[in-house]
Amino acid sequence: MNSSVTAQTDVRSLTGDGYKYGFVTDIESESAPPGLNEDIVRFISAKKEEPLWLLEWRLEAYRHWRKMEAPEWAKLRIAPIDYEGATYYSAPKRQNAPKSLDEVDPELLRTYEKLGIPLSERAALAGVAVDAVFDSVSVATTFKKQLGALGIIFCSFGEAVREHGDLVRKYLGTVVPPGDNFFAALNSAVFSDGSFVYVPPGVRCPMELSTYFRINAAKTGQFERTLIVADKGSHVSYLEGCTAPQRDENQLHAAVVELVALDDAQIKYSTVQNWYPGDAEGKGGIYNFVTKRGACRGVNAKISWTQVETGSAITWKYPSCILEGDNSVGEFYSVAITNNLQQADTGTKMIHLGRNTRSTIISKGISAGRGQNTYRGLVRIQPKAANARNYTQCDSLLIGHRCGAHTIPYIEVRNPTARVEHEATTSKISDDQMFYCRQRGLSPEDALSLIVNGFCKEVLKELPMEFAVEAQKLLAVSLEGSVG
Amino acid sequence: MLEITNLHARIADGREILRGIDLSVAAGEVHAIMGPNGSGKSTLASVLAGRDGYDVTEGSVTYQGRDLLALSPDERARQGVFLAFQYPVEIPGVNNMYFLRAALNAVRRARGQPDLDAGQFLKAVRAKLKVLEIDDDLLQRAVNVGFSGGEKKRNEIFQMAMLEPKLAILDETDSGLDIDALRLVAKGINTLRAPDRAMLVITHYQRLLDHVAPDRVHVLSEGRIVMSGDKSLATELEKRGYAMLEDAPA
Repeated sequence: MNSSVTAQTDVRSLTGDGYKYGFVTDIESESAPPGLNEDIVRFISAKKEEPLWLLEWRLEAYRHWRKMEAPEWAKLRIAPIDYEGATYYSAPKRQNAPKSLDEVDPELLRTYEKLGIPLSERAALAGVAVDAVFDSVSVATTFKKQLGALGIIFCSFGEAVREHGDLVRKYLGTVVPPGDNFFAALNSAVFSDGSFVYVPPGVRCPMELSTYFRINAAKTGQFERTLIVADKGSHVSYLEGCTAPQRDENQLHAAVVELVALDDAQIKYSTVQNWYPGDAEGKGGIYNFVTKRGACRGVNAKISWTQVETGSAITWKYPSCILEGDNSVGEFYSVAITNNLQQADTGTKMIHLGRNTRSTIISKGISAGRGQNTYRGLVRIQPKAANARNYTQCDSLLIGHRCGAHTIPYIEVRNPTARVEHEATTSKISDDQMFYCRQRGLSPEDALSLIVNGFCKEVLKELPMEFAVEAQKLLAVSLEGSVG
Repeated sequence: MLEITNLHARIADGREILRGIDLSVAAGEVHAIMGPNGSGKSTLASVLAGRDGYDVTEGSVTYQGRDLLALSPDERARQGVFLAFQYPVEIPGVNNMYFLRAALNAVRRARGQPDLDAGQFLKAVRAKLKVLEIDDDLLQRAVNVGFSGGEKKRNEIFQMAMLEPKLAILDETDSGLDIDALRLVAKGINTLRAPDRAMLVITHYQRLLDHVAPDRVHVLSEGRIVMSGDKSLATELEKRGYAMLEDAPA
């Protein structure tokens, strides 16, 4: 793709002169033309009225990205992505969006029904172009007041740049640098919006922070950016995503999430990812290429990732922890399901830098249909990480005989006092288990759901309560049609 | 209740295991099926419960007036057919109580009864536990995971007591049990004897029948019932061994 760098990336924009006036694209237009160059990056930044430092930050990321190649090491088959053909900024108005639920795929509506999604929310999830689908503005305002009283900042990324620029500037890119990897660099150059959270010292956030509260506030789009900072001694739990299948016209999603936990701080980050996986033939699904990383920067800090990944055609995602502070703790709990033609290459990285750092990895991969599921995990113990400990448990469950499960652990130990344990199992749902459940009166679907939920139990119990119940239903729906 | 006529069944490799079974069990009766290893006892249980891998080539099975073989395994269960497994299956991560409640509610729904909520269910469980002398602790563990042989079999009997089937098939529930466990299993069976319930007790040995007096005893050999009689037949078999079958008319 480097061959397609165009003349539009001209000398003027490289010298930085052209910030205000050097646009090839008319700033008044609602959408940028397809393709990616420095002018497009400038256009996005100008549209969002960003300060100069952020534009320069974006440009640096863009220049990195230009030199990079899309990673090919993952066990994924990805059709070539046309980065030059994509549009990187478009106004929220979407011409192709369905006008009402009547125009939405009935299959999708049926799924909403099964998951018990309230009627009022279905339109928003299906991407119906309705201005105020939710009557949640007042609710959101109430929460914001309550949080504000404690000094907690929870707002869209754009608002944070405007209102809390110093905080954003201090932490942005410190966990995932702009040139970290191909997709993170792309995100850094063109990110649309996202969430920002700051919890001041000693404050325990009184509620689960959820992207749900701001579903009206910001259409996050395909390049979401999240930054969460937990100051000394603070606690916060953040929920991302929702169990209902979400449709989006953008095939490529490249989000970046950065977490920073200072001394004695704790961050719990839970995700339920259910982007549209495509039809049974794998057509039209979302590519979810996400970079998520947390830094335990202070002593006794703790970061915990919990994810339930059921959607997307392709998932490429490794929520990681950098354990810098002594005694800091990293956790990763994951359920990943691939059905039909879905592919997932997911896992984590636990980088132990500080002394007495501990990490736990529990990964449950479920493959059905022709799904391919890979766990890829790195545990690295650096020389100064005396007495570091890791425990990894990696279980794969196969349903049917055309799917695949793969486990690829990387273990690097550079300190002799470290203790690293890795356990891995692969099992099939046996005919005996199915028959046993059915002989007790359970339908094949209920039997499968029961067995799979049992398999995932250790991860599901880490989810916040209300999420856990939804997740159980979701597992059942995701595996529909994989028995019989 | 159960009418088996000229039942023939094969396994996947084509071998015919059942070669013309005729058996009639009325409501309220307990029938014992005995026979040497390989005579087709467990195959009979599997075919009645609808396990995959068996091909019925001839004959019919009528249960409560309908064609049992036309029903799926879960439909059979919901219609009141219960199989106590010879080798109960482990389901990791699934709480035993949760499993049982899901099963019970599935069966209740088929009977047109409302689901039991957690409180009502617990009450029902408590009542049965006492009778069967089962430890509370067993219910909080994952289904059959880490259970001893005796615990697994007692759990089967406990499930049977909770689900209150119309036709209970016990597939060598007594094998591998010590005398105390055997006594408890027998107690479970005896407690469940009822005028509207039929039971088919499959066993290799006569010792369970010391505790459970069957109405009829059938001896299976090479896929056919070669002898039928009252409970004295079991005693005689115990004395003379399965060698006595050689004298029997085939």
